[in-house]
Amino acid sequence: MILVTIIIVVSAVLSWYLGQYMTYILDNNTGGNWKSYLKQFAIFNVIMFAVGFAILASQQYLPLNPDGKGALTFDLIFNTAASFTTNTNLQHYSGEVSMSYFSQLFALMWLQFVSAATGIAALAALARGLSGRGFGSFYKDMISAALYILLPVAFLVAVLLIFTGVPMTFGGTVEAHTLEGALQNISRGPAAAFIAIKQLGSNGGGFFGPNSAHPFENPNFWSNIIESVSIILIPMSCVWMFGRITGKMRHAAVIFGVMLLLLVVKISLASYFESAPTGAFAGLNIQKSVNLEGKELRFGTSAAPLWATLTTSTSNGSVNNMHDSLNPLTGLVPLTGMWLNETFGGVGVGMINMIIYILTGVFICGMMVGRTPEYLGRKVETQEMKLVLLALLVHPLCILGGTALFTVMPWGAETVHNAGAHGFTEILYEFTSASANNGSGFEGLGDNTPAWNIATGIVMLVARYAPIVLPLMAAGSLSAKKVSPDTSGTLHTDTMLFGAVILGSIVFIGALLFMPVAVLGPVSEHMAGALK
Amino acid sequence: MKSDIIQGVKAALLTMSVCCVLYTGAVYAVGFLAADKAEGSLIYEDGKLIGSRLIAQNFTSDRYFHPRPSAVDYNGAGAGGSNLSPYSKEIRERAEKIIALNGGGLPADMVTASGSGLDPHISLDSAMFQAKRVAGSRKLSLDKVAAVIEKHTDSNLKIVNVLELNMALNEVE
Repeated sequence: MILVTIIIVVSAVLSWYLGQYMTYILDNNTGGNWKSYLKQFAIFNVIMFAVGFAILASQQYLPLNPDGKGALTFDLIFNTAASFTTNTNLQHYSGEVSMSYFSQLFALMWLQFVSAATGIAALAALARGLSGRGFGSFYKDMISAALYILLPVAFLVAVLLIFTGVPMTFGGTVEAHTLEGALQNISRGPAAAFIAIKQLGSNGGGFFGPNSAHPFENPNFWSNIIESVSIILIPMSCVWMFGRITGKMRHAAVIFGVMLLLLVVKISLASYFESAPTGAFAGLNIQKSVNLEGKELRFGTSAAPLWATLTTSTSNGSVNNMHDSLNPLTGLVPLTGMWLNETFGGVGVGMINMIIYILTGVFICGMMVGRTPEYLGRKVETQEMKLVLLALLVHPLCILGGTALFTVMPWGAETVHNAGAHGFTEILYEFTSASANNGSGFEGLGDNTPAWNIATGIVMLVARYAPIVLPLMAAGSLSAKKVSPDTSGTLHTDTMLFGAVILGSIVFIGALLFMPVAVLGPVSEHMAGALK
Repeated sequence: MKSDIIQGVKAALLTMSVCCVLYTGAVYAVGFLAADKAEGSLIYEDGKLIGSRLIAQNFTSDRYFHPRPSAVDYNGAGAGGSNLSPYSKEIRERAEKIIALNGGGLPADMVTASGSGLDPHISLDSAMFQAKRVAGSRKLSLDKVAAVIEKHTDSNLKIVNVLELNMALNEVE
């Protein structure tokens, strides 16, 4: 418990200063409107996808391939390129099995840098737009975010990780002769550089298959702390950056407070549910313990539920334990995190998701008192609300539509690893993770099939771009309006009451959309298992 | 439009050369300050590679401490967990098998597969539980084995590195 508190407090304190620095780097970018910004944004994202796709498709001909990794299938290449371009890092492959070092570094790690920078850029532009200063140049934002924000922090984290034992070698797989005389192949690689940006940029795609549960990716107690802080640090900083750019620090503090409250509630619930022993052991002569299936011992017992919550509150998606083997109700916490997708959220985009909820909340409040709603002094009208509600509904549509389809069709139903309600949760989790641009998974699912690769590839693309483009368009339309003067009827955005309004809209909208599937999956599995 | 595309290509080249080449090179260079770790914490004995202190290897003989169950059979080139529901029949059957082999009252980490399938540690409880078997098989006193365990225990986390423990035992004998 102390450890959890320390990680959260340290991250929160560091985020204040990093937010200040990020504002310093990104604030002096003016001129340009939302159309020119989005055009550059779109062009660069197409380039990202194309480069990623081309490298993955030709990895067998490229250098830095000491283990001779072969060609990947077309649908897997499409899925992986979409996954890393959209900052999702859903992985339907296992790094040490399928990817050459060149693919890992020049396709995947490059995309980890620039997709994270893209998210930060989009938020900076949105904040500038909302404060009426023009949207700036996307390229300037993206390059600054990648080179002056992500790069130095990643270098620092990578260096620390090396000293905890994360490998950084181009030496390839080695063959060991074990003490009992068997042969063991051990995959290695330039992992430290990769893991640092994977944690910081809410990317989450691991160098090795089991991600940060792998001893090379997360070798000890200390690496686990460094990586945990890295998950949440930049998403937290983004809230402060938004406050500074818009000049509404008290408003940012209210948002930060709401996010922190949701985070703490989720961590507490996950820790509580996961303290129950492995259900299958009921009645067997085994010492009582927390559920250890899918967990590593070196991180300590509170590390897994903490990480599971952090990684799904932000859209990180790295794991230090296997989520498929979490107790059913614990598994509901990561799902909830991804359904809401704004508890700090992905770098940049988490805060944008929050704005969607805020505008919805402001709109509902305005309707209740019969006044045109306002946000940051500008009137929110039909045009903006259409865009915002569309952005809000893309996420549940992708998740619920996809889950329904794959549950009834053989190409979904036949790929589940566990029987019954848990199998349903595997499908639900996969679509949730894809749509939230998260990338974690219930990894038992046999998801490297053309159907899964194409479906989740499309979901990732839609669910990445709609919630960035639509709010930016809404901000564009808002920024064209005059700032109306504060009156006694104005809903102030820097009060506890406003915090309650946002919290209310998040909880009610979330519950209305996702309660039924939560009951069908994790809750019914818990009932079936625990009530015997 | 055309100038936007050219700018985009330039931005891609710039970020790729800095984030992939320079950054990777710099981190790689730092790795030489901790070369043993950067190479994967490999353990050699008489010039022969035994394994990595971070990666579990399989032990089946009674003379050795056994690591936790692995869903991937300790494959260091294809790691993974069981991904089974904690309520699944398979987990129960696996546990029953292990209890049949080792007797009841064992610690939970001995019957649960780790996330990577390569967890290099067992709990101190598990080491103590296995100590009797190992001591008997090696004709060592239980106290002597317990002393070796204690020397290799992480006292905060109460865990023991299996490979290091087994190598230390070979030396004691």
